[in-house]
Amino acid sequence: MEFSRRDTLVLGLGAAVATVLPLRAFAAADEAIATFTGGAEAGAGGITLTAPEIAENGNTVPIEVSAPGAVSIIVLAGGNPTPGVATFNFGPLAGDQSASTRIRLAGTQDVIAIAKMADGSFVKAASTVKVTIGGCGG
Amino acid sequence: MASGVKPRVKAPKKAAAGETVTIKTLISHKMESGQRKDGDGNVIPRSIIHRFTCDFNGQNVIDVNMEAAISTNPYFQFEAMIPEAGDMVFTWYDDDGDVYSTTKSVAIG
Repeated sequence: MEFSRRDTLVLGLGAAVATVLPLRAFAAADEAIATFTGGAEAGAGGITLTAPEIAENGNTVPIEVSAPGAVSIIVLAGGNPTPGVATFNFGPLAGDQSASTRIRLAGTQDVIAIAKMADGSFVKAASTVKVTIGGCGG
Repeated sequence: MASGVKPRVKAPKKAAAGETVTIKTLISHKMESGQRKDGDGNVIPRSIIHRFTCDFNGQNVIDVNMEAAISTNPYFQFEAMIPEAGDMVFTWYDDDGDVYSTTKSVAIG
């Protein structure tokens, strides 16, 4: 098969769109992080994100976040159509700063947790989850 | 979705003063993500519970903002500190304006 000028153009365009699409999803996650941290740099350590290495069903992936001394923890899934998952705000009667829930993941991706500490600093943890069947329907 | 929503909470009936207890909550809700399509290709509109709070005697324990990525029948497990006997109030806020609430009493002993 020979490529005409027009075919080549269409192919190139398709490739360009394919590369831009995932980037846009990540940009949305970055935006959500920036809104939460106010542009501050997130350090490492002091936060634990427990997620399975392989999730057979993306519809219910059990996760647990724990960050002693945190005021709030945001959980993000950068590979989802909408990256936001949940924000946990801990009140004065929280026994410790941890919580477990079940989330939906569209596909294999990094799950990110960022905690805002009482002193205003931020810490971040990420965990890669391999998803066999995505959980966003469609 | 006002029908068939049933909150379930597992909390201890008794605790020592100042003890930290584990609370488990589950509420039946379809949590329609707004990403799925019906048989004709129309997007099914989002219908989720977007907020969950737990208070003990008026003081906040946890306040969770949820997005569409929370699974069907949202489940939460967390720790609460029990300073005195009282009532623990759990509240869920639906996208359609409904509020579901349940209360558990915790005694000291």
